[in-house]
Amino acid sequence: MSDFLVIDKVSKRFGQLTAVDNVSLGIQKGEFFSLLGPSGCGKTTLLRMLGGFEQPDSGHIYLDGKDITELSPNLRRVHTVFQNYALFPTMTVRENIAFSLRVAHVPKEKIKESVDNMLEMIRMQDHAYKYPTQISGGQKQRVAIVRALVDHPQVLLLDEPLAALDLKLRQHMLMELDIIHDQVGITFIYVTHDQGEAMSLSDRIAVMNHGRVEQLDKPAKIYEAPVSSFVAAFIGDTNFFQGEIVAAEGDYCTIQCPGFGAISAFNDRKLAVGQNVHLSVRPEKIRVTLSPPPPEKGAGINVFQSEVTDVIYQGVYTKYWIKSAGRSVSALKPHSRFLLDQEPITWNDKVFMWWHPDDGYMIENFSESDAGLVQTPPDAPKDPNGK
Amino acid sequence: MKKKTGTFWSEWFVTAPSFLWLALFFAIPTLIVISFTFHGHTPNGGVAEQWSLDTWRALVDPDYPTIIWRTLRISFKVTLWCILLALPCAYAIARLDKKWRAAVAGTIMLPFWTSFVVRVFAWRTMLHPNGLLQEWYCAFCQFGDRLFHAMPAFLQNTLVALGLATPGVFDPTNATILDSEMAVVLVSVYSFLPFAIMPIYSAAEKFDFSLIEAARDLGANSFYAFRKIFIPCIRQGIVSAVLMVFIPAIGSYVIPQMLGGTNCVLIGNKIFMRAIQNRNIPHASALATVMAVSVMLPLALTVWWQSRQKAREQKRLDEEKAATARTMEAAS
Repeated sequence: MSDFLVIDKVSKRFGQLTAVDNVSLGIQKGEFFSLLGPSGCGKTTLLRMLGGFEQPDSGHIYLDGKDITELSPNLRRVHTVFQNYALFPTMTVRENIAFSLRVAHVPKEKIKESVDNMLEMIRMQDHAYKYPTQISGGQKQRVAIVRALVDHPQVLLLDEPLAALDLKLRQHMLMELDIIHDQVGITFIYVTHDQGEAMSLSDRIAVMNHGRVEQLDKPAKIYEAPVSSFVAAFIGDTNFFQGEIVAAEGDYCTIQCPGFGAISAFNDRKLAVGQNVHLSVRPEKIRVTLSPPPPEKGAGINVFQSEVTDVIYQGVYTKYWIKSAGRSVSALKPHSRFLLDQEPITWNDKVFMWWHPDDGYMIENFSESDAGLVQTPPDAPKDPNGK
Repeated sequence: MKKKTGTFWSEWFVTAPSFLWLALFFAIPTLIVISFTFHGHTPNGGVAEQWSLDTWRALVDPDYPTIIWRTLRISFKVTLWCILLALPCAYAIARLDKKWRAAVAGTIMLPFWTSFVVRVFAWRTMLHPNGLLQEWYCAFCQFGDRLFHAMPAFLQNTLVALGLATPGVFDPTNATILDSEMAVVLVSVYSFLPFAIMPIYSAAEKFDFSLIEAARDLGANSFYAFRKIFIPCIRQGIVSAVLMVFIPAIGSYVIPQMLGGTNCVLIGNKIFMRAIQNRNIPHASALATVMAVSVMLPLALTVWWQSRQKAREQKRLDEEKAATARTMEAAS
């Protein structure tokens, strides 16, 4: 067992609700590990059990080979950065950072030195004698992080630490967190519902849903090869196509989608003809052009003639809702060059949408309820029978 | 310039009613009471017209210092016990589920639905020499007595020196609770406890309990977190609780009258006696003045202590800041 922090078959119930359901995870020393999931998926409960604020109903937690399941929060060297920062209002920034060292009766000179180092790391030497009410949100955040780091805990837990910050500050703090993690080399466990944060920071991500870990992998694997429809739909956005394999030769197969058409896809699991499958195609993989795809793209690509039903300009890219054979598909088109005289694709244009068979990914576990997580066209009726 | 006068008048209009109120119902009556003390009294209960210092001379009663000291001592004890009991109470209520909080806070106020005098009188029955509380008290004392006599001499001496025990053998015949200082303290604590719980509770309700979790997370045990995080955060509530208990305790006269017997006369009782029984208003006024001063003294002390504390804190911060600046300068 080489893992530094081991969560072994941990479950936690609150009355009827199973918040954490038989979760097992192994986290390595120095890793930046993220727990990602929608609110109510059990990620915060799991974090609170790691911090010692909740006791699991069953299962064990081991840290560095020792069972810490029953250990009270003050006796485990695991510190938390709380979502609301929880800075002590009656203490200055300096006193806040020094708190854990004072509790541990570290000599005064030692405390001063450590706190000075921490203040330097977050570049807040000038604010050391301010009270938490006198500093900004981003500064509070930084103080909360170094307060938890100053006595070199074995694990640092971060509970949606950036949720209360505005976008620019959040992006800045992401970089700062990354730098801090590289500097201190402590194991970080980061809880978030924001896939962007998790993707950009983590070595590995555990995607959680309904108290279970759906997928545990590197960010790119999670995004490109989601094991379930939940992961595919929760991380980023996607289009699901359901159908039956009608032909399979070599690495590729043809899927006949009722009400849409035949799609060629990469058959990595070597599924046989007759199987019912679900295909996920990310919007940014779908190309939208006024002319048919150039022949050098190969003969095997999927091409569909369709019509633009909605255009949503988003700066970095434009999102298109395209209707083909009665089905709406979303596609993202990045902007290469802005030319005033160029005719952009617009409403009701007849277009070609096309993607390479390798860009579709066949989902192992599909659940109808997850299809609801996928974005729908803005004018689509909520109730399919409503019209 | 014109604008300034405008603000002056509008400010004056806004504050005038409260000034008027304070002057009419607080400042002027207080001054009248003080002025009475510089007059003699007439046999039919009035205030003599000519000025004299007779009343102040009459205050040189050897009993008064004892009574004032006893009043202060009892008030201090009552305040201390009230705060000690109110802190865990308020903490517990504030930690309750929101829907229970109002209900429990309401039950604390419930005794006020019964007349204060009736409640105090009920304690007379409860503390009766043949009553259950008296029996328990004697049993407790006898147990403590046996424990004390089983101790080695040096421990006994330490306990006596600390004021936690009295030498000699416990005598149940002289240990009635009723008509003693203990009864007065007990019932005063009972009566004033809600006034201590309420301000502490309202401060504790605003307290963010995730701070306790944060402190625990950073290695503090529960008691350390309570002491270093909870108490400083609700300090303002504790200060008002102290004032809310100490001030009525110093002026109380119903409780010592009904439960204190002859051994526990407080200054409130003396004022009552002088004003109603002896019909000596100037004398009662003089005592009231003395009492008011002894109430305002701790108040002034608290304010002074707080401002000094603040100044010290600021000074300490400034010094630390300067020291850091110096070390940073030396380093660069």
